[in-house]
Amino acid sequence: MPRIFTYIAHKNSVPDDSAAELAAAATKIDESAVPTAIAVGSGPDLETCCAELQKFYSDVWKISNEALSYPNAELIRKVLMKIVPAGSITLIPHDHFGIDLAPGLSINLNAAFVSDVIAIDALQANALKVVRQEFGGQISAHVNCDLSSGAVITIRPGAFKAGETSTRAATVVDKSADVGTLSSGRRYLETIVAEASDVDITKHPVLVSIGRGIQEKDNVAIAQELAEALGAAVSCSRPVVDAKWLQKSRQVGSSGKTVKPKVYLACGISGAFQHLAGIKGNPFIIAINKNPKAPIFQVADIGIVDDLLEFLPELTSKVQELRGVAAK
Amino acid sequence: MEILVCVRRVPDTSENEIELNSSGNDIDRDELVYSINEPDNYAVEEALQIVAKVGGSVSVVTVGSEEDEEVLRHEMAMGATHGILLADSEFSASDGRGIASILKTCVQKGNYDLILTGVQAEDGAAQVGGMLAAMLDYPFASLVTSIEILADEKLKITREIEGGNRELSEIDLPCVLSIQTGINEPRYVGMKGIRAVQSIPIPAYGASDLGLTTAQVGAAAAKVTRVDYFVPALGKGARMLSGTREQNAQEVMELVAAKGGLK
Repeated sequence: MPRIFTYIAHKNSVPDDSAAELAAAATKIDESAVPTAIAVGSGPDLETCCAELQKFYSDVWKISNEALSYPNAELIRKVLMKIVPAGSITLIPHDHFGIDLAPGLSINLNAAFVSDVIAIDALQANALKVVRQEFGGQISAHVNCDLSSGAVITIRPGAFKAGETSTRAATVVDKSADVGTLSSGRRYLETIVAEASDVDITKHPVLVSIGRGIQEKDNVAIAQELAEALGAAVSCSRPVVDAKWLQKSRQVGSSGKTVKPKVYLACGISGAFQHLAGIKGNPFIIAINKNPKAPIFQVADIGIVDDLLEFLPELTSKVQELRGVAAK
Repeated sequence: MEILVCVRRVPDTSENEIELNSSGNDIDRDELVYSINEPDNYAVEEALQIVAKVGGSVSVVTVGSEEDEEVLRHEMAMGATHGILLADSEFSASDGRGIASILKTCVQKGNYDLILTGVQAEDGAAQVGGMLAAMLDYPFASLVTSIEILADEKLKITREIEGGNRELSEIDLPCVLSIQTGINEPRYVGMKGIRAVQSIPIPAYGASDLGLTTAQVGAAAAKVTRVDYFVPALGKGARMLSGTREQNAQEVMELVAAKGGLK
């Protein structure tokens, strides 16, 4: 069985949720695995992070280097190329960083590459069978991954439940000396923080959220009218921002805002995981979609197969009617 | 600037419901509507906008079959000067590494300063750009949301990271960038535009033209193989409302009110 390594994302000395999830994924691959966590960074933040990792790992590799104070995937790829032994399995979170790092790393390590894995099906000899999704989550696929020259596998955030924490002391091995001088043709300059907007969708208890199904810019008004009637705010999924129909600050998802409403009306939203990742706090989800197979119906509480351009005005007039009655 | 954009023809999920075929080993491909992979279209638009500013030309390449020529034509109608088709029966069942190996030979036949891909295709793997960069030993950045040309063979780019934030970096040319949707507004191409480029020859290259062997591409070289497609047995899922539109709207309103959403 190949040795398993996990890449630890961390920020302000705190390991990301994925640290525990990758440990759980490693155990799913091989029950007897003792995965090694690789934590890369610099300074006291890295020390604190390594100490925290003892909750989930008994073996930690630490690489401390001033050049790694910001996680530039191009530099970290060079670090991992040098320290990960040939034939290993390396697990990396499937997020903006993993997408940046993992495919190239698989080439550098001459390893197989599978991305965005949501479940481990079976391990037979040198073949690992995993589950991933295609077509924005509309369909799943079993994929066989040949482990004979190792593998780089990215794991979908939230797909594996963190296991029980342990309190035993971990061995922290300092691998910094193995890395040498680091340089890259891509240099991090700064992080541009998202602009504040007029409406803060993270604070609203009710969101009328629209997706590609709204079809055109003029139709956004249909959602706004419903939101006004409800006293809610309008949020959206990525295609609506891409088309410039709403500002980026209205986008719910891993690359947008994380929202915690009580009620979430998903209107014409297919339900890709990047979108669902932005919905927290277990809200009551009502989904309206023309496609009865839309993945959103798997996570919603209530589903309606209908054209939202017809349904939303109907709902708006119902709410206005009720408000009118209440006002009298 | 000489720019190569790698594109792919995919089933258009906004036009199709993706379903299993009767034997369950593939999706039902009858009557599927195909189009250009959406992020690739943004990548081509970005390349055209760069060339409009600093000069040069845009080439588009795809790995596939003759059927895939239509997406090359579409992108040429947008303004790409050259189309390149990499087609060979040996290429079928290539994994991501195989596709990147094929594209690498195409890059090496040209003299490109910048190589763009879309961030991901219908399989959501988001893999080929990063693999290609590593094979060429070029710098790479994914999820790119803006590109500014600097002097001295450099670009200033932003990447999309979490929470709507963006990461600003400088990157040396030549490099490979994977382009995120929303970076620009791709121009519309009508049938007339496509007809205008219909007679431009598109050279096709096979495995032997590119010096590729079955050890590098195709099923034999693939370390990763899709076994089947399936629809997972899920939890309870949503309770589906089956009334008339008016009844459904009434029920939704009552539910929203009951959940404290109507104050």
